[in-house]
Amino acid sequence: MKRLIGWVVGVALLIAVPPLMLALGQPFYVDLVRRIMILAIAAVSLNLILGYGGMVSFGHAAYIGIGAYAVGVLGFYGVFSGWLHFLVAIAASAVVALAIGAVSIRTSGVYFIMITLAFTQMLYYLGISVAEFGGDDGMRLKRRSAFPLLDLNDPVQFYYLVLALMLVAVYLTYRIVNSRFGMVLRATRSNEARSRAIGFSPYPYRLVAFVIAGAMCGLAGALYGNHTNYITPGLMSWQQSGDIMFMVILGGMASTAGPVLGAFVLLLLEDLLSGWTEHWQMILGPLLVLSVIFFRRGLAGIFYKPDA
Amino acid sequence: MTALVFEQTLNGLQLGVMLFLMAAGLTLVLGIMNIVNLAHGSLYMVGAYLTVAAFRWTGSYLLGVALGLAGTLVVGMIVEIVVLRALYARDHLDQVLATFGLILFFNELVAIIWGRAALFASGPSWLAGHIELFTGSRYPLYRAAIIVVGLVVAVLLWYVVTRTRLGMLIRAGASNRTMVAALGVNIRLLYTLVFGFAAALAGLAGLMAGPIYNVQPGMGELILIQVFVVIVIGGIGSVRGALVGAIIVGIVDTLGRAFLKPLLGTLISPPAAESAGPALASMLIYLLMAAVLAFRPQGLFPARGG
Amino acid sequence: MLEVRGLTKTFGALRASDGIDLDVREGETHAIIGPNGAGKTTFISQLAGDLRPDAGRIVFAGEDVTRLRAPRRARKGLARSFQITSIYPEFSALTNVALAVQAHAGHSFRCWRDARRDAALLDPARRVLENVGLGGRAGTLAASLSHGEQRQLEVAMALATGPRLLLLDEPMAGMGVEESQRMIAFLSTLKRRHTIVLVEHDMDAVFRLADRISVLVYGRLIATGEPAAIRANPEVRVAYLGED
Repeated sequence: MKRLIGWVVGVALLIAVPPLMLALGQPFYVDLVRRIMILAIAAVSLNLILGYGGMVSFGHAAYIGIGAYAVGVLGFYGVFSGWLHFLVAIAASAVVALAIGAVSIRTSGVYFIMITLAFTQMLYYLGISVAEFGGDDGMRLKRRSAFPLLDLNDPVQFYYLVLALMLVAVYLTYRIVNSRFGMVLRATRSNEARSRAIGFSPYPYRLVAFVIAGAMCGLAGALYGNHTNYITPGLMSWQQSGDIMFMVILGGMASTAGPVLGAFVLLLLEDLLSGWTEHWQMILGPLLVLSVIFFRRGLAGIFYKPDA
Repeated sequence: MTALVFEQTLNGLQLGVMLFLMAAGLTLVLGIMNIVNLAHGSLYMVGAYLTVAAFRWTGSYLLGVALGLAGTLVVGMIVEIVVLRALYARDHLDQVLATFGLILFFNELVAIIWGRAALFASGPSWLAGHIELFTGSRYPLYRAAIIVVGLVVAVLLWYVVTRTRLGMLIRAGASNRTMVAALGVNIRLLYTLVFGFAAALAGLAGLMAGPIYNVQPGMGELILIQVFVVIVIGGIGSVRGALVGAIIVGIVDTLGRAFLKPLLGTLISPPAAESAGPALASMLIYLLMAAVLAFRPQGLFPARGG
Repeated sequence: MLEVRGLTKTFGALRASDGIDLDVREGETHAIIGPNGAGKTTFISQLAGDLRPDAGRIVFAGEDVTRLRAPRRARKGLARSFQITSIYPEFSALTNVALAVQAHAGHSFRCWRDARRDAALLDPARRVLENVGLGGRAGTLAASLSHGEQRQLEVAMALATGPRLLLLDEPMAGMGVEESQRMIAFLSTLKRRHTIVLVEHDMDAVFRLADRISVLVYGRLIATGEPAAIRANPEVRVAYLGED
């Protein structure tokens, strides 16, 4: 019950942002919160495999890149349909996640971390070397994704689309982790030997979760490409992957609200710090180190007790 | 043509040797201390920067190298004591994130002190020339020196690991950490020594890389991922695996970048090869890694018993 | 039910399992005993599918399962409890058992319906918990259970998979006298309905529960037979001199 109230309040606040900020003459914040929500979707997707599944994938930003490039590349060739953009973004991300996951999930522990990192870097280099799409410099979107009833060029309409999609992503993840499938995933993370002993082979469940997470993150990527209007391989950098991981950890893993909370805190913090100094990463870096060392259960752990 | 291939192979060997210096340290840290250290690339960067600064300050290359190495060793030990000790008991996720925070910190620190633009680093004047290869072409003396230094370190490392008591502890620790602790070895000291040593190796790679690659914030991360590929291929905890993996990765990557495009150009149309070539070349070592994983998920020479 | 032929497993110079031959008949309770270091856990791990034997065969219910790994053997009806408690600490006792039920009920790729309210999983789980004596603790977090209760949960999870063969690795490990008596009483109710392979140190339990006993010493099976015969066996007495 407490959770539901928390969500209602949070969503109400988010709904109120555009009219409020526009009335205050601060349209920048509409953009900022929109960007945070897009990355929150990415964090929610990572939470599925990291928080609930225990898979430390350091290459999740790859799917943001794939989603964004899907929009950019289709636009490059004159295809502007939003439905097609999003569909291709999700499908392409799912396929790549399947390929990467199939190889990586056979390993575990440190190997898995390094391998997911390496594959993402591979995609990054691929992005850099394809000159038609801008290579290292990236490419500008010709036009934003076109939807029948929605105009993404209107920042407020775009904002509400993102809000809606974020809530869909959160709800979807919530259903998944409490379903039979989700329970197996969580059980495998909790005690792999036990899970194998009762008859669950971890591999297929992890792979499916990996693909779902990749697909969802691809959607975030498509939104992000539309948001920034400019698509670069830097979207797939491992610094970006690290950022998303931090959002998940900061917010509290294996909780529904965690990744969203984490996204807001981290990105608002970045925004605040970068306003103070150009060298904000020097403050953020140690802050992150300290938060990992001292902050065990993340922010959501302050508000709620863990799921039983 | 053969001359070109040979020259590129030497370049590959040079890259391989530098990867080995990084990988050897990192794989030992991983194997013995079971800690994922993303900031290993930062030590590489610190080595480069400190050496450049020391060279400028003292005017002597060798003195610069000595100071740079010593400085990196000190930085490494500070990192171990201040940050890593709190992380040994933690799971890999926490270690990844904490050392990621360290990367941000070091990159920014370096940018504050020396700025974001690439520094100009030069080798010593007595290494500025060329040597004659048997193929008739000339090869930069500096690069040849790197290869020699790297191989010498490899031999020294082999000697220490297989013939000394410390090396025995290291090998035992890589395959069974708890056993070593149970034998009453001063684990803390061992850890600090191993990490300091790994830091020095990374610093050495960094200072040698200075004149060839760019000395700038973030230089460590570029090479770090290749080092990961080396370790995955070679197997965690194995210095031998690090050497074999590093040489393979170094040569495959270098030859791929040099020859894949023209090679493809003979098979498919040149304009297609123009874009596909570099793309494929950059992906080569990762595809190699995937191939190795498909057959031996633990790498070629895993040290761990299981 | 279970046929083991020539099971061998070496770790370097150590022969943890040395050509073990064993038969377990359907419906019997077969105990495995032996001094510490005899290789009992290695043996159980190979039976369960966690460890691959270097040589030998394991035939379960007429099927050669030697090449199959643990999850598949479990799905074929070979359930196992661990010597060192291995449960899901952050889930409730009920959820722990429900997961075991789910492993055999199937449909584990369903992504939408709430498994925490699924009667098809919860009802059988509750029944097993009642059976084992943990009925009142269904909602308790597994990590908060006492050691004895956790051992009971171990057995409950093995039972919930509806097994044909129960592999129990020292179910009484770390239990006090009273708890052990309760566990022995419970295990004896299982005797008629399940085939059980029981590894135990507690000789009282062994002689009360076992139909037959096999003795493992330094990786070799030195004797198999009914309790009385084993008690009288001179080799066994020698091996156990100073033990028990």
